[in-house]
Amino acid sequence: MIEVTQEIIGASLRIATPLALAALGELVTEKSGVLNLGVEGIMYGSAFVGIATAAQTGSLTTGLIAALVTGAAAGLIFAFLTVTLGVNQHVAGLGLTLFMISFSNSANRIMFTADGGQVSVDPWRPFNFGGPIFSQYWITYATFLIIVPLTWWLMRRSGLGLKIRAVGENPEAADVAGINVTKTRYTAILIGSLYMAAGGAFITLAFVGSFTINIINGRGWVALALVIFGRWKIGRLLAGAALFSLVNAGQLQLRLLPSFSDVPFEILLALPYLAVIVGLAVSGRNVPYPGAYLKPYKRH
Amino acid sequence: MKPRFALRSSMPWWRGPALIAAAAIVTFLLSAIVIRWAGGDPISAFRYMFISPLQTKFGFTESILSATPLVFTGAAVAIAFRAGYWNIGAEGQLLAGTIGATWIGIHAESLPAIIGVPLILLAGMICGALWALVPALLRTRLGIDEVVTTLLLNPIALLIISGLLNGPWRNSETGFPDSDVISKSTQLPIIWPGTRVHLGLAIGVVIIALCWWYVGKMAGGLKLRAVGMSPGAARIAGLPVERTLLITALVSGGIAGLGGSSEVAGVAHQLTTGISSGFGYTGVIVATLAALSFIGSLCIALLFGVITVGSFSASRALQIPSTIGEFVQSVLLLTVVAALVIQKYRVVWTRGKK
Repeated sequence: MIEVTQEIIGASLRIATPLALAALGELVTEKSGVLNLGVEGIMYGSAFVGIATAAQTGSLTTGLIAALVTGAAAGLIFAFLTVTLGVNQHVAGLGLTLFMISFSNSANRIMFTADGGQVSVDPWRPFNFGGPIFSQYWITYATFLIIVPLTWWLMRRSGLGLKIRAVGENPEAADVAGINVTKTRYTAILIGSLYMAAGGAFITLAFVGSFTINIINGRGWVALALVIFGRWKIGRLLAGAALFSLVNAGQLQLRLLPSFSDVPFEILLALPYLAVIVGLAVSGRNVPYPGAYLKPYKRH
Repeated sequence: MKPRFALRSSMPWWRGPALIAAAAIVTFLLSAIVIRWAGGDPISAFRYMFISPLQTKFGFTESILSATPLVFTGAAVAIAFRAGYWNIGAEGQLLAGTIGATWIGIHAESLPAIIGVPLILLAGMICGALWALVPALLRTRLGIDEVVTTLLLNPIALLIISGLLNGPWRNSETGFPDSDVISKSTQLPIIWPGTRVHLGLAIGVVIIALCWWYVGKMAGGLKLRAVGMSPGAARIAGLPVERTLLITALVSGGIAGLGGSSEVAGVAHQLTTGISSGFGYTGVIVATLAALSFIGSLCIALLFGVITVGSFSASRALQIPSTIGEFVQSVLLLTVVAALVIQKYRVVWTRGKK
């Protein structure tokens, strides 16, 4: 039993890594008053470009860098549309997602699957510090030991974080106070996109080691939900990610049990999504959206 | 020197069309790069995609057939967005509709078609509306953002279909994970003899007309638009904002679900996990490109039907990925929304900071 528990916790940390990265990225973005529905697509495109580059160059690190560059490029497109032009954020985000997915699928077909193949690499392996819990990928360690505290520091203690929160709450006042709203929102979107890209790259370069159609499988949407569930607080967001991942890892273990062999596995697969919706329903009422959420800023 | 966007006071008549044309050109250029990369000739690829489907009766009717589900999802998204209800769950609602339709279809053996057809349509509509109910209630009762909940319900709907097809609805003859063929009495009649164009298209056009008439001409539609433009002002004016949103969400889900019925009863005649190739998401593109106009959605849906059929023939003829069609559609969306905003502004070059 202890062994199974350890397995579940260890698997949860792996499952939580891309979710935490993407959700933290979305949190930084939304704190500046911008909703990025491109999260699913940025993860998807980065996952593909990451592994495609790694497969071509033979270097996982180069793959990760390429994935981050892809995320930054996508973030810039999104920032130009929503911040500079003030395009509807729902439409721009969803459009970006569809663009990244259709581009990746087309490129995947051109580069790898036209003759029936599949792109795969020898992925990063977990470091084992003893026991299933501490057998994790370096990105998982980096996420929870470095990026999480760094993000907390960025949002709560740094000058940039203060600016981001200011333009997200009241851009007019921030502008009067001498904060460059456009530049701050671009920065927040860019940081957020890099996080999302890292989350996507983790899936292909470490977790799976190959790319298949629909590889992100709604993780970006779950990340969006986690931000609301977490009420834009990093601690609560991570708790939400932990809940989702525990349910997910738990259902993976349940599927191994003989008494559950009759339960359709799809019900178990749907459980984590349902858990997020129920979590939102229970805790999501009267959530404190950033003051300027979804509102483009134009000087008059 | 730094660029800044300033609101235009006047707009020359040619600017709008010129910018849309510019958006189309950018789309062509970006797509041409991908087509070249795939080893195809862009010009002949575009000819396959946009022109050749219109040159034969078969290509034309297949395009209409491909457009049919998009007519439904386009209308579903347009009516919801008009009310400011961000329903991104048309995909899940359409899938829920296919479940309801299939349930009727495989259980209605001995019904006459005059009952079977309305029944299968109704079942899809009800299931689509039910699938939209939970996010709508969460939004109107608890104020929970509908974007996330409608999105998350999309993969759940697909998982339910997969569960049904791997379990109780597994094909009784082949054992494959697709349902039995639905009863003849529930299949939609063909309305263009000799082709696959079915009653679903006519229903979709009627839905478009009804939406246009209701939203544009009726008092209820005026309320819907008022809520969409400014929920705060609508509330102060005494309009039932929550009720309007709830009803619009259910109607939107119902229309998407009806699209699911139309696919099952009109074309596929059985349920498969691939029953929808992202019709709900494409519906968002369709409605947005149409600037949320219903008649416009119909036109864009037809254009996308042509692109879908065309990209498959381009794929076959030139060995380029068939996903190029989706690529063209998504680039067109991004460039056109950018163009629509740019046309309202002019670029002013200013000196110095900010």
